Amino acid sequence: MEFFLVQTLNGISYGLLLFMLSSGLTLVFSLMGVLNFAHASFYMLGAYFAYQVSVKIGFWPALVIAPLLVGAVGMLVERFGLRKVHKYGHVAELLFTFGLAYLIEEAVHLVWGRLAVEYRVPPELDGPLFQIMGSQYPIYRGFMMLVSVAMLVSIWLALTRTRVGLVIQAGLTHPQTVEALGHNVPRVFMLVFGGGAALAGLAGVIGGNAFVTDPGMAAAVGPIIFVIVVVGGMGSLAGAFIASLLIGCMQTFAVSLDWSLGGISVAQAAPVLPYLLMVLLLIFRPTGLMGTREG
Amino acid sequence: MKGTFIRAGALGAAAALISFGAWAQTIKVAYIDPLSGAFAQTGEQGLAEFRFAVDRINASGVLGKQKLEVVPFDNKVSPQESLNQLKRVIDQGIRYITQGNSSAVAGALLEAVNRHNERNPGKEILYLNYAAVDPAYTNEKCSFWHFRFDANSDMKMESLTTYMAGQKNIKKVYLLNQDYSFGHAVKKAAREMLARKRPDIQIVGDDLHPLGKVTDFAPYVAKIKAAGADTVITGNWGQDMSLLVKAGKDAGLNVDWYTYYAGGLGTPAAMGEAAAGKVKIIAEYHSNVANNKAAKWDADYRKQAPKGNPDFYFLRGKIMWEMFAKAIIQAKSAEPKAVALALEGMKHEGDLGEVEMRKSDHQLIQPLYVLTLVKSAAKGGPKEAKIDMENSGLAPITDARLEAYTSATATSCQMKRP
Amino acid sequence: MRYEPLNLGRWIVWGAMALVFIVVPLAFSGGFALTMLIQMGTLIIFALSYNMLLGQGGMLSFGHAVYSGLGAYLAVHTLNLIGKGAFPFPVTLLPLIGGFAGLLFGVLFGYVTTRRAGTTFALISLGIGEMVFACVLMFPGFFGGEAGVSTNRVVGQPFLGITYGPAIQVYYLVATWCFLSIVAMFALTQTPLGRMANAVRDNPERAEFVGYDTQKVRFLQLVLASFFAGVSGALSCINFEIVSSENVSALRSAGVLMATYIGGVPFFLGPILGAIVFIFFAVALSGFTKAWLLYLGLFFVTVVLYAPGGIVSILLMQIPVLRAGRLRELLWPYALAAGAALIAMVGLIGIVEMVYRLSEQGASTVLNVFGMSFDARTTAPWIGFALILAAGIVALRFASRLVGARWGAIQQDLLARQP
Repeated sequence: MEFFLVQTLNGISYGLLLFMLSSGLTLVFSLMGVLNFAHASFYMLGAYFAYQVSVKIGFWPALVIAPLLVGAVGMLVERFGLRKVHKYGHVAELLFTFGLAYLIEEAVHLVWGRLAVEYRVPPELDGPLFQIMGSQYPIYRGFMMLVSVAMLVSIWLALTRTRVGLVIQAGLTHPQTVEALGHNVPRVFMLVFGGGAALAGLAGVIGGNAFVTDPGMAAAVGPIIFVIVVVGGMGSLAGAFIASLLIGCMQTFAVSLDWSLGGISVAQAAPVLPYLLMVLLLIFRPTGLMGTREG
Repeated sequence: MKGTFIRAGALGAAAALISFGAWAQTIKVAYIDPLSGAFAQTGEQGLAEFRFAVDRINASGVLGKQKLEVVPFDNKVSPQESLNQLKRVIDQGIRYITQGNSSAVAGALLEAVNRHNERNPGKEILYLNYAAVDPAYTNEKCSFWHFRFDANSDMKMESLTTYMAGQKNIKKVYLLNQDYSFGHAVKKAAREMLARKRPDIQIVGDDLHPLGKVTDFAPYVAKIKAAGADTVITGNWGQDMSLLVKAGKDAGLNVDWYTYYAGGLGTPAAMGEAAAGKVKIIAEYHSNVANNKAAKWDADYRKQAPKGNPDFYFLRGKIMWEMFAKAIIQAKSAEPKAVALALEGMKHEGDLGEVEMRKSDHQLIQPLYVLTLVKSAAKGGPKEAKIDMENSGLAPITDARLEAYTSATATSCQMKRP
Repeated sequence: MRYEPLNLGRWIVWGAMALVFIVVPLAFSGGFALTMLIQMGTLIIFALSYNMLLGQGGMLSFGHAVYSGLGAYLAVHTLNLIGKGAFPFPVTLLPLIGGFAGLLFGVLFGYVTTRRAGTTFALISLGIGEMVFACVLMFPGFFGGEAGVSTNRVVGQPFLGITYGPAIQVYYLVATWCFLSIVAMFALTQTPLGRMANAVRDNPERAEFVGYDTQKVRFLQLVLASFFAGVSGALSCINFEIVSSENVSALRSAGVLMATYIGGVPFFLGPILGAIVFIFFAVALSGFTKAWLLYLGLFFVTVVLYAPGGIVSILLMQIPVLRAGRLRELLWPYALAAGAALIAMVGLIGIVEMVYRLSEQGASTVLNVFGMSFDARTTAPWIGFALILAAGIVALRFASRLVGARWGAIQQDLLARQP
């Protein structure tokens, strides 16, 4: 019983972190049709910026500064890179972000080296939050969950209560109509891309010290967030939320189950499961769980 | 990659010289390991230490007019890229290679060297392996042209389990490893050897996780806890090691970690205080070992060590170069075949005890240590924890010394000699 | 009997290509150079097969290495069987086995993946690629795990004295297969299937109206492309004598994508040129500088931003100008632009190399670039290279404007002259 509860909490907190990461990607993809391969790189940049700021100033300022910095980088990328490539089509945009991911990784190698950096959880958040029948649940995981939920709520508020939010919402499902109605779509794009990058950066700030901050972190988490965006459905934030929780719990529980099939245990196959889910879903329901458009 | 451009020109001349036979002035050894990409720091560590060793040997004049030289080649930890680099090595007329990172690369190089030597008699290449520990290379895949200077993973497990057999407080062991050939070898050896030495120890769990892909080890930690283990044996390295230990601390997991590679590059820093008093490592050396005849070498190396790799780590590297030089002197030749014949069976007075390059399988037999990472003396830890690892606040202290014969496992090698 | 004039142009082009294949190893005969040529040949086949999907079929795939890798695995096991004497099969024809495996998996995976198009197809291919890669590591019995499966290509009966021991024999084997594959894939573009693939790429709805099932067309195109991918996998197996999880990795899929794109997706010749440039970067350049990955990334991003049709598009754009005899007017602006680019590159290389050297712990900070040596810790070289880079960029802006103006003028004239 204790085991099940702990695993559920683990699965949910991991899923919420994945949601923080994939929400930005879903927004960008749905609005601009750009599948941003460099999204995980923004996650990595968020962690590294937070490390740098937390070493000089502190963790709490880093929580605010780092995502803003990453958002700025995102806006620059959109303004000077994506916009130029936009006229060449989706393939070119995708490949541009692909090359960008390479370059960001090399830049991180140069500036911070190739090993992990010591980005630590601040002492006030280090320690057990509560005990579940003998197992501890760390404060920091609770903090991660809190930030993710707060972020979800504020995105929801921003999208439904502000004017820009309404424009973005419309653009999620009918981008051409929005343009036809005369809104400054390029500026909206820049904002959304920067916002998406900032969200990924925030995920990096939170996740970088819970896990490891090293140049391989982008490649480690990149494919999973694509799976989530696809499974959740293009154009649907709620779908991304459900898919993140689903995949977070699936990966967590897969490890705990000791079933085997043909010599391969479910635990060994755990990394493959999200991709299997994605492929099956794409074949039978290409709009994803809650999406409104296909690709 | 020092002065690559000058070297390119000089190599042409050197190649001509070397191809003329035994008493060439510079004996070059190609260092084929990652020097770019994610594992570059690991490759740089070996290169820095080897350059230091070679400089010392040259300065001592023990080889007379001849000089040793390390020539780096970047293989990006890829078996196929290593074969590309091997072709360059052959082109440049270099007759010796050394490598250590990744048993997969080692396997590819071993087969390629065997094939090359078979197809080109008189132009053979010798392979000095300083860290690739898949047991197969000194058992069923053994080769006359390969020498291994690191205890292979079965040997390390033999020593580790001998130590564990004496620890009465170990009752329930959990095995957690990376899902690839090395992880499989560790798990298999652990089961078999524990069953032999302490059949009363219960193995309460045995898991394999994908290599380098898991960011959240909390589920595994929860499993370990639910199984009630007091000890975990793991061959994890790099990120897999540091994340695992951190997750354990977060969940309040109280176990001893018996590891192979927790002392490696960047891992102590990443684990931080979570590791203090709990993480144990099996290795042939650490900087706080007693009766350390290599203490001065260690200190000298640290004085000139590059910022990112401050530790002296590969004592077996020092031993390798010393035995190599000795073999050249004994064989009175720099020809790989003659040097190999001199090297096999060689006994050498290492800095921590006598070591022997076993003739039957070309495996070096050396004493090993079980050490624990504790808070360094500067941070309030025990007195003997003087020198810390990579400025991480953690320092190694010896739990036990295991003499060379403890790890000398039997071999199935049927070596074909030329 | 109908009289058909001899298509001399066709014979000259193909003949010249065959001649280049035959003659080039005489110019570059070192062991390393030969291995580079062999890899170029293999990648040419792989990139051309990839372009059958992307350029001709409009299908962006992130998992093409699956077919070449699985082809390589079947080839390596077959080669080992030949070596044991259990399967008498000429090594020369081993690529057929690889192609067959590629074909098989193309049918298997292709059926599910080609049901969708566009981004969905791309993501399914990504998912399948990751799945196959994970499976390769999970079943070490067949796939050899991390170390892969090794083999020896000098097996079986020598054919006319050819044992494939020396690299030059392997080169000619690869060159022959490469030439045959190029001919075959070019011929395919001229068939109705090839043309319909283009149609499906451009306007699937209309293709359906004409009566073709778009899924069937895409499926056939993928199956044929995976056949050639398998051929290239088997050749890579013969060259390296080892097949490992790298052969099915995302990195390899990304590599062939980059190579094809750099060469030029819309053109048949594009992947050929792209493969040559890519191998040069990845294999040769990495021997000279640690920053090769950065250079490759920068080059790739430059191509995406400024030449989305690849290098071949730039070359082909010159042809109408050449035909009109006006290329001479562009030579001087081109030379100026090339010179400016060269200056900018010198500045860039200097800075990049210094940054890399400084980040490299333990190496001396004294650099030897372009025959001069200087210490990266002093400020003088930084200022120097920065100035050179700035000068290069300014000159490049000026030169590109000049090129643009001349180009525009020529294009206007050409347009005006059209009937």
